Amino acid sequence: MKFEGLLKVTFWKVIGVVLMAAGFFAAIQRYATGLGATTNLVDTFPWGLWIGFDILVGVGLAAGGFTIAATVYVFNLERFRPILRPTILTAFLGYVLVICGLMVDLGRPWAIWHAIIMWNPHSVMFEVAWCVMLYTTVLALEFSPVVLERFRLQRALKLIKMITIPLVVLGVILSTLHQSSLGSLFLIIPGRMHPLWYSNVIPFLFIISCVAAGLAMTIVESFLSSRAFGREVELPLLSDLARVVVVVLALYFTVRIQDLVSRDALQYVFQPSYQSALFLGEVVLGVVLPFFLLLSKKVRSNRNGLFYSASLVILGFIAHRMNTAITSMERWPDRIYVPSWQELAVTLGLAAFGFMAFAFVCRYFKVFGEEAHTHEGATAGEGTLGTLPLGVSAD
Amino acid sequence: MVKTKALLIDITKCVGCRECTRACAKANDLPEEEAKELSATHYTVVQGYNDDSVFVRRLCMHCNQPTCVSACLVGAFTKTETGAVLYDESKCIGCRYCMQACPFEVPRYEWGSLTPRIQKCRMCHERVVAGGQTACADACMFGATVFGDRDALVTEARKRIDEAPGQYVDYIYGLREAGGTSVMFLSGIPFEQLGFPMNVPKEPIPELSWRVLSQIPKYTVAAGVMLFGIHWITARRNEVARFEAEAARARHDTDSTER
Repeated sequence: MKFEGLLKVTFWKVIGVVLMAAGFFAAIQRYATGLGATTNLVDTFPWGLWIGFDILVGVGLAAGGFTIAATVYVFNLERFRPILRPTILTAFLGYVLVICGLMVDLGRPWAIWHAIIMWNPHSVMFEVAWCVMLYTTVLALEFSPVVLERFRLQRALKLIKMITIPLVVLGVILSTLHQSSLGSLFLIIPGRMHPLWYSNVIPFLFIISCVAAGLAMTIVESFLSSRAFGREVELPLLSDLARVVVVVLALYFTVRIQDLVSRDALQYVFQPSYQSALFLGEVVLGVVLPFFLLLSKKVRSNRNGLFYSASLVILGFIAHRMNTAITSMERWPDRIYVPSWQELAVTLGLAAFGFMAFAFVCRYFKVFGEEAHTHEGATAGEGTLGTLPLGVSAD
Repeated sequence: MVKTKALLIDITKCVGCRECTRACAKANDLPEEEAKELSATHYTVVQGYNDDSVFVRRLCMHCNQPTCVSACLVGAFTKTETGAVLYDESKCIGCRYCMQACPFEVPRYEWGSLTPRIQKCRMCHERVVAGGQTACADACMFGATVFGDRDALVTEARKRIDEAPGQYVDYIYGLREAGGTSVMFLSGIPFEQLGFPMNVPKEPIPELSWRVLSQIPKYTVAAGVMLFGIHWITARRNEVARFEAEAARARHDTDSTER
C-alpha cells in the first residue's frame, strides 16, 4: 500500500477533517456532560436529529446495497456488476455510521448488547436492533471478498463465494424487514403524529421510498466517485437505474395519495400551515419533480440531468424521514425542536467520516473496475441497454 | 391471584392542596419542590385549570396493556399483577422509545445524568404489595384520590355519575383509554378542556405494532422461497442463453469450414 497520497492536502479533505474534528469534539462533550447539556432534546421531544437523520436517513440511503445485490445475484443481471462493490461499500459504511450515531444517541450506550440476550419480540425496536446487527454482519461478509482479494486469502475467498447466494437472499430479507420496521416504529403513536405522516401503511411507504433513494444514492455516489477518481461514469447502467427510480417513485406517489384519501387526510394538504408547506415541499420537489425529470429520456441520458434528478430524489427522501420523525411531532406550538450545534456537528462529522472512509477504501482496494462476468450469450439474453434491469422484457 | 389495584381520581373533589405531591415526593425520596409538569423528579403534579378553580393530577396511567411494556426492546418495563407498571434501569439501553410510545406522554428522562434513567410513578409498588395503599391516596383528605380494586372503583365511579348526573360529565377517563388503565378520572367539565388526550385509541395500543410484527416469520419464509426461486430461474435462463450462443457459434464454425 502506498500511503503518501493520504497526506496530500485538498479542499474537500480539509472540509472533511474539520467536520470530523468538530463532530468528535461534540461527541466527547456529550459523553462528558450528558444528553441534556449537549442536545435540545426534552421530555416532550425525546427523539431529534440523531434518530431522524443519522438513523432513519442513514439506513434508508444504504438501501442501494440490497437492491443492487439482488439485481446482480438474485435476478442474475450481470451487467450491473461494475456498480455492485461501490454500492455494497456505501451500504456497509452507512450501517457503520448508523451504529456510531446510535452510540451517541443512546442514553446508556454501554448496555447496547442487552438487545442480544434480553428479548421482547413485541417491540418494533427489538426488530430494528436485530436487523441492524445481522444486516451489518451480512454487509461486511458481502464486501469481504474485496478485502480478501487484496490480501490474497484464497481459501476464505472461496468459502465466501460458496455462500454468496444465501448471503444475498438473507441480506434482502433483513433489509426489507429493517427498512419497513423503521416505519413501523411510528405505528404505535397514532395520537401524537400529524395525519399527513401518520398512517398504518407507513412500513410500506418506508420500504418503497428507500428503494428509490437507495438507487438514487448509487447514481449520485457513482458520479461523485467518477469525479474524485477520474473514472468514466457508467452512464447506460445508471440511466437504467433511473428508469427503475421512475417506476418506484410512481408507485410511492400512488400509495401515498391513496393512503391520504382513504384516511380522509387529503384536506390537510390544502390547509395553509407549516406542516402542509413541508409536506408539499417533500412530495412535489422530492417525488413529483424528479419523476417527471427522469421520465424524459433526454434527462436520463444526460450526466447533469441524471445527477441532479437523483439528488432531488435523495433530498425528497431525507425530507420524508425528517418530517416523519420531527415535523409530524410538532403539533403543538410549544414543541418546536431545533437541533443544538453539538447535534449538528456529530451528524455532519459522521457524514464526513463516511465520505472519507469511502474514498480511502476506494483508493486502496479494488472497489471499481470489476468487470461483469459476462459470457456472450448471457448479455444477449439479458436484453439490450435501455430495457428494465428487472429483466421483464428479456426473452 | 391478586386483584388489579387502581386509583380513582375525582377532579370535582380536588381542592388543589397538593398534599398528594408532597407525600409522593417523600415516599420516593424526591425533592419536595412544586412543579407544573411531570419530570424525572416529579412523579405526579397537580395542574390548575380555569383560573385555578379546577385541579387535575398528572401521573402514570398504569395501562392494563401498557404501550411502554410492548415498546421496550429489552423488556425493561413490566406490568405487575397488582397493576403497577414498573421500570428496571438495569435492562434499559436508553433508546427512549417508551417516551415516544406512551400515549399519555408520561415517562420522563434524567437528561442531566451520565447514567440516565426513565422516571415515573410506580404506584407505590412496595407499599401496595405489603397490603397498603399509595402515598397519594393516603395523603388525600378530600377523597379526591382513592385507592382500591379496579373492579370496585369502576363500579364506584359509575355510581357517582349515576347519583349526581348534573355534577359529572358522563365519562370515566381511563375505563377504555388504551384498552383501560389503572388510573381513572371523573370530572365535572369535559376532559378535553382539562388537557386530557381524547384521541387515545380505545383498544390496547401494542396491538398496532403486533399486527405487523407477527407477520415477520411468514414473510421471511415466503420471501426466501421467492428469492431463491427467482435466482434459480434467471440463472437457468442465462445458462440456456450461453448454451444457445455457443451452439450458434459452433454452427457458424461448421458452416464456414464446409464452405
